[in-house]
Amino acid sequence: MHNYLHIENAKMVFDTKKGKFTALTDINLNVKQGEFIALIGHSGCGKSTLLNLVAGLTEATEGILLLSEKEIKGPGPERGVVFQNHSLLPWLTCFGNVHLAVERVFGAKESKAKLKERTQAALDLVGLSHATHKHPNEISGGMKQRVGIARALAMEPKVLLLDEPFGALDALTRAGLQDELMRIVKETHATTLMVTHDVDEAVLLSDRIVMMTNGPAATIGEILDVDLPRPRDRLALAENPAYHHLRGQVLEFLYQKHLKKAA
Amino acid sequence: MSAVTINESSLKEIMNSPETTPLPVAVAAKPRPVPFLESERGQAFSESIGKLFRAVVPPTLGIALFILLWQIVSASGGETGLPGPAKTWEAAQLLFADPFYDNGPNDKGIGWNILHSLYRVGAGFGLAALVGIPLGFMIGRFQFLSGMMAPIISLLRPVSPLAWLPIGLYVFKETEPASLWVIFISSIWPIILNTAAGVSRVPQDYLNVARVLNLSEWKIFTRILFPSVLPHMMTGIRLSIGVAWLVIVAAEMLTGGTGLGFWVWDEWNNLNVEHILIAIFVVGIVGLLLEQMLVMIANRFNYE
Repeated sequence: MHNYLHIENAKMVFDTKKGKFTALTDINLNVKQGEFIALIGHSGCGKSTLLNLVAGLTEATEGILLLSEKEIKGPGPERGVVFQNHSLLPWLTCFGNVHLAVERVFGAKESKAKLKERTQAALDLVGLSHATHKHPNEISGGMKQRVGIARALAMEPKVLLLDEPFGALDALTRAGLQDELMRIVKETHATTLMVTHDVDEAVLLSDRIVMMTNGPAATIGEILDVDLPRPRDRLALAENPAYHHLRGQVLEFLYQKHLKKAA
Repeated sequence: MSAVTINESSLKEIMNSPETTPLPVAVAAKPRPVPFLESERGQAFSESIGKLFRAVVPPTLGIALFILLWQIVSASGGETGLPGPAKTWEAAQLLFADPFYDNGPNDKGIGWNILHSLYRVGAGFGLAALVGIPLGFMIGRFQFLSGMMAPIISLLRPVSPLAWLPIGLYVFKETEPASLWVIFISSIWPIILNTAAGVSRVPQDYLNVARVLNLSEWKIFTRILFPSVLPHMMTGIRLSIGVAWLVIVAAEMLTGGTGLGFWVWDEWNNLNVEHILIAIFVVGIVGLLLEQMLVMIANRFNYE
């Protein structure tokens, strides 16, 4: 079995004003190419910290992080990141935001026309062909998040890293985007790591659910295999006992074994 | 927008009609003559009248009260009191009838004086921006430089602008560069401080985007740093020009020659109080226009 993403004994310690704070410890995880992994846990358990380590935005204090057998040192174009709060640049149009990424990755090798084509294709992929020349403040939250996804996808990343991408959206918009994400991942075969605290989202989307214990010094508690057949349909799954069993297992982990004490 | 208004008012129309029924078809079937003010156009009309009223009446009332107070003050002074509004208005009409006459170095029209003052503000401020904006960027970007400059800036910033005038006169030996120097040194601080604050407040999210996309330093500057600092920079520029305009009148009083400040002092020597009052209004109005212009430019760069 080929381990595409390999994390071994990763530990993350932050220097804070009150001294050292251990956010993550003993993280061991292997991800196969094309796999969809959901990271779930209570808030403050270090899910996003783990994602940032893979993204290369922060460097692990200890441990080994390998992506296709190369050490992760800083961000790279083979890893596309979708941020929690979309992080679009407000002075650029949707097109401009995506183009910025395209230009950086393919600008040296490809013609300007081809770069435009790529940008447009990424916006088409997330269903935003009509909003190409709008600025972020002129579109809805769901559309902004789509642009964020388009920006990550336009780089043709091998790994897609999503940090609670739908957390700030209403339930209907979220469901629509989840379906779209399933379609996109199927089309692009991207290996995906997604931070979420939505149990249904985790079960619906992922191949495996990585459940994390509470911080400080959080680690991986259990890993749950989601062996539901694809393509998955949210309506059919609602009647599926296997789906409910999996959902129950995640809930049991979160609310019985690792209930966060009220602060 | 218009679609929404039509919906709302047609809804009102339905609600107001005596035979209100849940079926719009029924309403449409039995039309009744609608009084003008209840009609769509009538409501829009009365709404815009109300808006106009709220926008125009309070300022007009304020100005009227001001002129009334002015009249009372001038009337209570008798023969030697301040000139009243009417007398000042007459003098202003005469003055603005020929704003661009030129009778030698010390007798120029009001238009020339305004332009000279504006030129000095523009030149002094331009130099301040030329130095202040890059310096602000560097101070915001490099902690070390910020530490170096902090004591100098906090020491020099509170100094009254006119205290710099003798230094300028001594160094440049001439009044014109000396007054530009005063504008420069008093208007540079807001530019530096606001630009630096803007740079240090670039949201971490945007910098993360820059790192994830692996942007070049140049792209980071043009696509992320500069646009995100621009609103702060515009605030600095606005404050700077405000200060420059405050200072120029005082500087010109001392250096003489041309400009609004010189003119005020000249008219004081002639004991032409009407002209001094007019000068105050002119300074105020030009300052207001400058401010409005910069606010308009700043809004253009506001993305929120």
